[in-house]
Amino acid sequence: MRYFIRKLIVLGVSIFFITILTFLAFHILPGDPAQLILGTEASQEKLEALRIQLGTNRPLYVQYFSWISGFVRGDFGTSIKYSRPVSELLAGRLEVTVLLGLMVMAITLFFGVILGVFSAGKNGKLPDDVISAFTILGTSVPGFFMSILFMWIFGLILHLFAPGKYVDYHSDPAGFIRYMIFPALAIAIPQTATLVKYIRAAVIDELSTAYVRTAKGKGVPFTMILFGHVLKNAIVAIVPLIGMMIGEIFSGSIIIEQVFGIPGVGRLLVSSVLSRDFPLTQTLVVYVALLIVITNFIVDLVIQFLDPRIRLMEEQA
Amino acid sequence: MAKKIMENTGRGAGHIGPDEIPGTAGDENPGAAKSQVKKPRRAPIPRVLPVVEREEQAKPVKKHPEGTCQLWLGLVLVGIVGLLSLISVFYTPYDVYAMDTASRFLPPSLTHFFGTDNYGRDVFSRAMTGAGFTLFVAFATVASSTLISIVIGLISGYAGGIVDEILMRLLDAVSSFPGILIALVIVSVMNNGKYTIILALCIMFIPSFSRIVRTGTLQYKDAGFVRNARVFGASAPRLLFVYILPNIFPILLSSVVIGLSNAILAESGMSYLGLGIQPPIPSLGRMLYEAQNIILRAPWCALAPGLVIVTTIAGFHCIGEGLRKRYL
Repeated sequence: MRYFIRKLIVLGVSIFFITILTFLAFHILPGDPAQLILGTEASQEKLEALRIQLGTNRPLYVQYFSWISGFVRGDFGTSIKYSRPVSELLAGRLEVTVLLGLMVMAITLFFGVILGVFSAGKNGKLPDDVISAFTILGTSVPGFFMSILFMWIFGLILHLFAPGKYVDYHSDPAGFIRYMIFPALAIAIPQTATLVKYIRAAVIDELSTAYVRTAKGKGVPFTMILFGHVLKNAIVAIVPLIGMMIGEIFSGSIIIEQVFGIPGVGRLLVSSVLSRDFPLTQTLVVYVALLIVITNFIVDLVIQFLDPRIRLMEEQA
Repeated sequence: MAKKIMENTGRGAGHIGPDEIPGTAGDENPGAAKSQVKKPRRAPIPRVLPVVEREEQAKPVKKHPEGTCQLWLGLVLVGIVGLLSLISVFYTPYDVYAMDTASRFLPPSLTHFFGTDNYGRDVFSRAMTGAGFTLFVAFATVASSTLISIVIGLISGYAGGIVDEILMRLLDAVSSFPGILIALVIVSVMNNGKYTIILALCIMFIPSFSRIVRTGTLQYKDAGFVRNARVFGASAPRLLFVYILPNIFPILLSSVVIGLSNAILAESGMSYLGLGIQPPIPSLGRMLYEAQNIILRAPWCALAPGLVIVTTIAGFHCIGEGLRKRYL
């Protein structure tokens, strides 16, 4: 319970800082949003009108509180470019991004764990070297370059999917998965590579412990030791990584959604930045950051519930 | 006595309980006897355990050259790209901006190493120049964020207390945004340009670098040599920069080099989205974006900048890992 309250306080503090940092970024940094939107040759009246529309003529703290209270009530502001409430724009897109993220997570955890443990088991032998080479390559190939290669090879040459022709999951779930598997892979491969590296190190550490020696001594098959005994303990060491991965996956999907033309939150965000649609960008940034922080909070709690040692580890640190 | 031990262990080979170590026979304190005898005793010849021990001893001997190998591989990869981009400042085989409708979509050949694009521009020359800009942005980003982080980390670690708490919570908040999100915010509130992208990426790296410096500072703050210097009247800045900082450099260095590869990744990602250096100045990310639509006609337009990015990132990655393995 104490752990829960402490985590809750940390969550509250980071939410406060996130909103204030984003707000300040959009209001303190040099440059008047109205000027930036309309360009340098805009007339004074037009600038004034837009300032009133954006609310930038009011004192900063008033702006901050009205923005936050709107946020709490679910009123995310209005987009300049689309002239529609942001919540309306978000409605369908969030599901797409979350589904993509879940697919990435599933692929990453599945392959990351299997390859990482396998690689540690073969420590120093050929399969380990092959997997190590893969991890270096996986972390070095940017997601968008990989996506372009996927589109070229699997889309245009092998015709496994039609690049740029997004399939809605309401109308055709199978087609949706077939289309999304490639963007998901493009985000997942770099993540898998990182995960493999960490799991491998954790498992190798764990292999030198006494209980592994005991298990070997009583004749447990090595594969059984790896996946039955060692893995459970090695997972503890990579828990902090999972929180980081959630953020990384979202970063990845911002770019990858652009490459594959997937109508998700990331694409909306990029287009809002490109069209200088400040209210939309500001809201989306906070929305995404909150989503990540809250997911992290939930993951922390769940993992702590599964393995109370993590709590002890953090309390010591 | 030694003879007796050897006899004993010889008989009971494969099974070394405390009862097997005779030591001073008839002693009333077997625990103390055990620890006394253990050191001078020659290793017994048990049957099961030593296999594990021998493996452990063999590993570091094998690991050492591995780091060196990686380091050199990385240096060569980065060296090639670095040299080409350095040359591009003075000389490129073709004009980077010159369009030539007669030589559109030429495949790679001896005259055009990486072929030409849909405007007839030489992809090799453009990739050289683009790599130069990417490297410039990456170095500028990492250098400035390292400097800022050193100051933040030293202050935070040395001052402790409320200052430390506030700085760390702020950094936590910054790092709870994914890096690209910060970059997007900065780019959207400022004008597009080289310096905006450097500033945007710079903020991305400050939290992690600062934490490394802070941890190092905490580690050395109360070390003997620092306390000694303090007694002799060294000022706080002198303690920090002359006594503490040099000890943190090795740890910081490998993170900084890996930071370079992340900076390149981020820069090319941003310019792919059209938020980095603006065209017509060639940048690797933008070249990939432009090649995306003509990939069936001219796959080399996408492959060339992509491979340059991959080579550079892999190179810095190898250097960082190699440094870490060798010196830490």
